[in-house]
Amino acid sequence: MRFDLNSWEEIFITLARNKSRSLLTAFGVFWGIFMLIVLIGLGNGLKGFMSRNFEGVAHNTSFLSSNRTSLPYKGFQKGRTWNLQNKDLGLLLKIDGIEKVCPVVFRWGSSVFYNELTSKGFIINGTLPVYAELETQDLAYGRFINAIDVSENRKVCVIGEQVYNDLFKGTGDPTGKSIGIEGVYYQVIGVLNASNSNVNIGGNSRQKVFMPLSTMQNIYNERDKINIIMLGGSPGAVMSKLQPEVEQVIKAANSINPDDKQAVFFLNTEALFGMVTNLQMGINILIWLVGLGTLFAGIIGVSNIMMVTVKERTTEFGIRRAIGALPQDVLGQIILESIVITILAGTVGLLLAVLTLSGVESIINQAQTAPINFQVSFGLAIGTFIILMLLGVFAGLAPAYRALAIKPIDAIREE
Amino acid sequence: MIHLENINKTYPGLVPLHVLKGVNLDIEKGEFVSIMGSSGSGKSTLLNILGILDTYDEGKYFLDNTLIKDLSERKAAEYRNRMIGFIFQSFNLISFKNAVENVALPLFYQGISRKKRNALALEYLDRLGLKEWAHHMPNEMSGGQKQRVAIARALITKPQILLADEPTGALDSKTSIEVMGILKELHEQGQTIVVVTHESGIAYQTEKIIHIKDGLIQNIETNAERKDSPFSMEGYIK
Repeated sequence: MRFDLNSWEEIFITLARNKSRSLLTAFGVFWGIFMLIVLIGLGNGLKGFMSRNFEGVAHNTSFLSSNRTSLPYKGFQKGRTWNLQNKDLGLLLKIDGIEKVCPVVFRWGSSVFYNELTSKGFIINGTLPVYAELETQDLAYGRFINAIDVSENRKVCVIGEQVYNDLFKGTGDPTGKSIGIEGVYYQVIGVLNASNSNVNIGGNSRQKVFMPLSTMQNIYNERDKINIIMLGGSPGAVMSKLQPEVEQVIKAANSINPDDKQAVFFLNTEALFGMVTNLQMGINILIWLVGLGTLFAGIIGVSNIMMVTVKERTTEFGIRRAIGALPQDVLGQIILESIVITILAGTVGLLLAVLTLSGVESIINQAQTAPINFQVSFGLAIGTFIILMLLGVFAGLAPAYRALAIKPIDAIREE
Repeated sequence: MIHLENINKTYPGLVPLHVLKGVNLDIEKGEFVSIMGSSGSGKSTLLNILGILDTYDEGKYFLDNTLIKDLSERKAAEYRNRMIGFIFQSFNLISFKNAVENVALPLFYQGISRKKRNALALEYLDRLGLKEWAHHMPNEMSGGQKQRVAIARALITKPQILLADEPTGALDSKTSIEVMGILKELHEQGQTIVVVTHESGIAYQTEKIIHIKDGLIQNIETNAERKDSPFSMEGYIK
C-alpha cells in the first residue's frame, strides 16, 4: 500500500466527486457519534444534579429513632411508646466503629418574633455541636452551637436562611440580636446559608432554628428525651454491619424485647447512597449501550453503503487493476476512504455534540447557584476518536475484501 | 517480443470448456497485428492471456523475453502497468475523473507525483488532439474522443505492446477510421500493436492477420500492403 500524498489526493478526489454518496455514508457515523457524546454529556449533568442532592452529608451516617414496641417484655405490654434518652448516647459511643453520636430534639410549627415581624412554621432543633460534622453547615454569619452553649444551657440560636429573610432581610449581620420563640428570647449567634443539599435531617435547614440540646430540653420540659440520634461511623466502618449491635445496645438499655423488630427504627444512608450509586451506574450503562448502539448502527451503515459502492464500482476497480493497481492498492483505497469518511463525520459529530452540550450547560446553569458540568472529558473525546478510527477500518474491511475478489477481466467484460 | 508456445486454457465448470487448444504464436517488435475470429473462437481469451489479465494452464508465454507464468498478483499488476497498454471496446474510462486524471492514472500506480503525471497526461492528450478537452468528464465527450483518451492512457506508460480489444466496436464508421488512423500512426512510430476484432474491415488494416477458430490458429495472413483485401481503407464495410 502506498500511503503518500498521492493516495490521499486520490481518496479526496474520489470522495469529492461522489458527493451524495459520501455524504450519505458520513451521516450515519455523524449521528452515531453525536448521540453518543450528547448522551454521555447529559448523563454527566444528571450525575451532577444527583450528587448535588447529597452534598454535605457524610456518607457513613445512620439515623436511629424510637417506635412503638411490638412485643411485650419485662412486664411491659406491647404497643408501648418509648423514647431515646441522653444516657443512650454514651452507650452508643462505646460501640467499636461508631465515632460520632448526635442527638436531635425537634419541635415543629413554631413561630419566631423579632420586633413586629413574625415568621411561622419553623422547626426548632435542639442539638449538639457535633451536628455540623455530620451535616455540613454553611454559615452566612456567626457560628454554630458550641460546647459551652450546651454546658451552660445558653439561650442562643442559629437561624436558617428563610427565618433570616423574614426577620432581618437587608439589615446585615443579625448576630447578637434577640428573637422570641414562644415567649422565650434567644440571642442569634449564627445564620445558615441555603444548602444545595436536598438531603436534610428533619426538614430543610432553611426553615430551621438550632439551639443547644440542653437549653431545649430544659425549656420545653423534655428532660432527657431525644427524638433521633444520628450516628457517624469511623472511617472504613460499615454501618449495616454495626446495625445489629446498635439495636441490641438500645434495646437492652430501654427494656425492649431483643426480638422486637419494630421498636427501634434504624435508617442506613449507606444503603440509600448505594442505591443512588447503582442508579447512576445503571444510567451510565444505558447511555453507553444506546450511544454505542447508535454508533455501531452508523458504522454498519457505512459498511453497507461501501458494500453497495464496491458493487457499483466493480468496473472502476477492474480498470484500476488492469492498468496496474495492486490488490493492496484497491484494499487500501477502500479502507482509507472508509476511515476518512468515518473520521471526518465523527469529528463534525464530536464538535457539534460538544457545542450542543455547552449550549445545554449554559442554559441550565443560568438557573443554578453552582454550575453543573455537562461536558465530556478530553480523554473521552480522544478515546472516541480512536474507537472511530478502528471502526472505520472495521467498516471498510468487508467491502474491501469483496473488491479484492474482483478479477479485472470480469469487471471489464461486464457489459 | 511476444512468444507463445502451445498455450492451453480450459475454463473449469460442470462442462469444462477447452478454449485454447495449443496456440503457438510469435509477434515481433514493431508489428501491427490483428487477431480475427468469430465470437467463441477464443480470441478474447488469447488477448486476456497476452494482457496478463488471465492465466493459462499449459504452455509458455514470453513477453519481452520474460516468462509470464504463475505470477503473483503484485508482479502481474506491475507487468500490466509497465509493459502493456489496454484499449477496450467500451473505453473503460473512470466516469468521475476528467480526461487528464484518467490518462494519468497508470502513472499514479507507478508512484509518480500528481504534478508530473498530469503534465505528461496533458502532453499525450495534446498529441491526440484533445488538449481542449483535457478537463472534460468522460460523459461530456463523444465516443471517438473517449477512445482517444483511452489510447492516451494506454500509451502514457510507454508500453512494449498495445492491446486493443475491439477498439472500434462502439464507434461509428467515421470515428472508426479516425481511431484506426491513430493506431496506424503509432505503428509507424514503432509501437507494437495487437488488435482483436471480428470485423474484417478492421483486420485488413493491419499488417498481419491471425485467423483463430475453435481455439486454434488457422492461418496467418500477411497483409503488408494493407490493400489486398476487398475492404480497403477507403471502402471497408462496417
